[in-house]
Amino acid sequence: MQSVFTGSVYVVRDNIDTDQIISAQYLNLVPTIPDEYKKLGTYALAGLPDSLYPIRFVAPGQPVGAYPIVVGGRNFGCGSSREHAPIALGSAGCKVVLAQSFARIFFRNSVATGELYPCECADRLCEILKTGDVVTVDLDKLTVTAKATGKVYSLKPLGDVKPVVDAGGLFNYARKTGMMPVSPG
Amino acid sequence: MTLTEKIMARAAGKGRVEAGDNVWVKADILMTHDVCGPGTIGVFKREFGAAAKVWDRKAVVIIPDHYIFTVDSKSNRNVDILRDFAREQEIAYFYDVIDSPAGTWKFDAAKGPLERQYGSHYAGVCHTALPQKGHTRPGEILFGTDSHTCMAGAFNEFATGIGNTDAGFVMGTGKLLLKVPETMHFRLEGKLQPGVMAKDVILHCIGEIGFDGATYRAMQFDGEGVRNLTMDDRMTIANMAIEAGGKNAIFEFDDQTRAAVDYRCKLNGTRADYQPVERDAAEKFVHETVVNLSKLEPTVACHPDPGQRKLARELVGMKLDRAYVGSCTGGKTSDFLEAARVLRGRKVVIDTFGVPATPEIVHDLQSAWWGDKSVWQILVEAGVQMTENAGCAACLGGPVDTFGRMNAPLKCISATNRNFPGRMGHRESQVFLASPATVAASALTGHITDPRDYLS
Repeated sequence: MQSVFTGSVYVVRDNIDTDQIISAQYLNLVPTIPDEYKKLGTYALAGLPDSLYPIRFVAPGQPVGAYPIVVGGRNFGCGSSREHAPIALGSAGCKVVLAQSFARIFFRNSVATGELYPCECADRLCEILKTGDVVTVDLDKLTVTAKATGKVYSLKPLGDVKPVVDAGGLFNYARKTGMMPVSPG
Repeated sequence: MTLTEKIMARAAGKGRVEAGDNVWVKADILMTHDVCGPGTIGVFKREFGAAAKVWDRKAVVIIPDHYIFTVDSKSNRNVDILRDFAREQEIAYFYDVIDSPAGTWKFDAAKGPLERQYGSHYAGVCHTALPQKGHTRPGEILFGTDSHTCMAGAFNEFATGIGNTDAGFVMGTGKLLLKVPETMHFRLEGKLQPGVMAKDVILHCIGEIGFDGATYRAMQFDGEGVRNLTMDDRMTIANMAIEAGGKNAIFEFDDQTRAAVDYRCKLNGTRADYQPVERDAAEKFVHETVVNLSKLEPTVACHPDPGQRKLARELVGMKLDRAYVGSCTGGKTSDFLEAARVLRGRKVVIDTFGVPATPEIVHDLQSAWWGDKSVWQILVEAGVQMTENAGCAACLGGPVDTFGRMNAPLKCISATNRNFPGRMGHRESQVFLASPATVAASALTGHITDPRDYLS
């Protein structure tokens, strides 16, 4: 199971709510329909105001983003319960979100869908890193290493969450651990 | 145990639980709607098989309400997905937009946004419709694929929002693994003064603890002040627990709760047996706030989040482009009555939209007379654009042709519940949250206004 992720970060600030992650007008897309799952990715973080975020997470016309790691501040994913939010990020190629804290439903949906690892970091990385910086996230060692400076920041343990995301979400995990029969029905 | 712990212990089949315990709880009701229902159904079918049946066809309540009155073809299709599923599963409570079970839904834009375009089963905004249709009962567990599901905590039950995957799991099994939340205690005393509403209570509380101050926690509201709050008031307060990050809100049970629940269950023929939870001496709280309702003043949450608390009178002079009364939180009959009290015989000076939460509320407003006019007429004559098409409308923006949606970077004062950037449409638009009375007073002047100036 992949535990080390290296790539560019996309940096946002505090209180990024689910409307900014996936605008409500795109909730007409149904995530379990494959074409619409892909389409959701193209709109990931499109709700961020241009005035604050001139660089877009997914460049216009591109199918996915260039940032496997999103860095936020406090209360990432607050607002609605739409599962479209972690799905849009995952569909756009995001594997890890690093934030000081997460809103409850977003955190739970990230794990249940297995779309991404929601990792808490005590350091305020959103003020240390800037969009485009390259980092390496090691989920076993619980570290984030900034390539440019070589500085290492520590992550809070993921606990029971990691094996669920590793398995690809709640249902896969339940089957893998014998909580549910292997084939549907 | 706290009220939340008592309900979770019962639903988990345990004598006691405490904050931090992970427990499997049995669901009493699973609610879903047109925005998250199709995805939930997709998860359910993928994981349990194409021939699978929901765990209890009388416990799954399906309420299309979000993107209904739009020409967006995918949104119209999503209502049809719900109908197909409800028919296939023989869902007992599906509140369809149209009357024909074999039909398809298509909004007719040529008829305009104001005239009603729904059939006799349509119920409107899910959180307001759930109690109206007798699906909220004390002591129960309600899951909904919507963050404002916490509104049903007004009825002394545990109600929380979940995602599609969790909801798909509940649909197949009737159970969910939950962590028992710590409880924050809000003791209410006194009585709201004229011009001050339940919305001001919850905006005050969120301002006290910060808009992530209740993350992962339950918010328990009790004390003698609760007795002075109507069920509508309690719903407004419980609705916005999520705006402080809360997992749920819960109110004490009293005679008002009993009367409301019994009446509604009987009216719609739903199950009427329930077991409330009551307070005991051994409650463990992680936070205490006492709120003196008598001292509260009209309150506003400024752009860009529900924790930006100011008093309305501190914001006088803040210019606005439009005003909006509607949503689960702010589109109930009592909300429009308070708006009408301010607007009667006067004229709004900015674009003002009124979207009742449910068809029943439309009916109430059109049939309640004040002098020689209906409340509806009073609002229309004041210049409010009132639509009969009850639903979520512009509270969450929605498709671009949604009634009241901000398609430009405007400033709006709104009786809704959320004001993060872009919530009501354009991503550079701004939303100021306030009570329907404050929204109405501000609509009269074009800037933020204390409604107590207009109570005569």
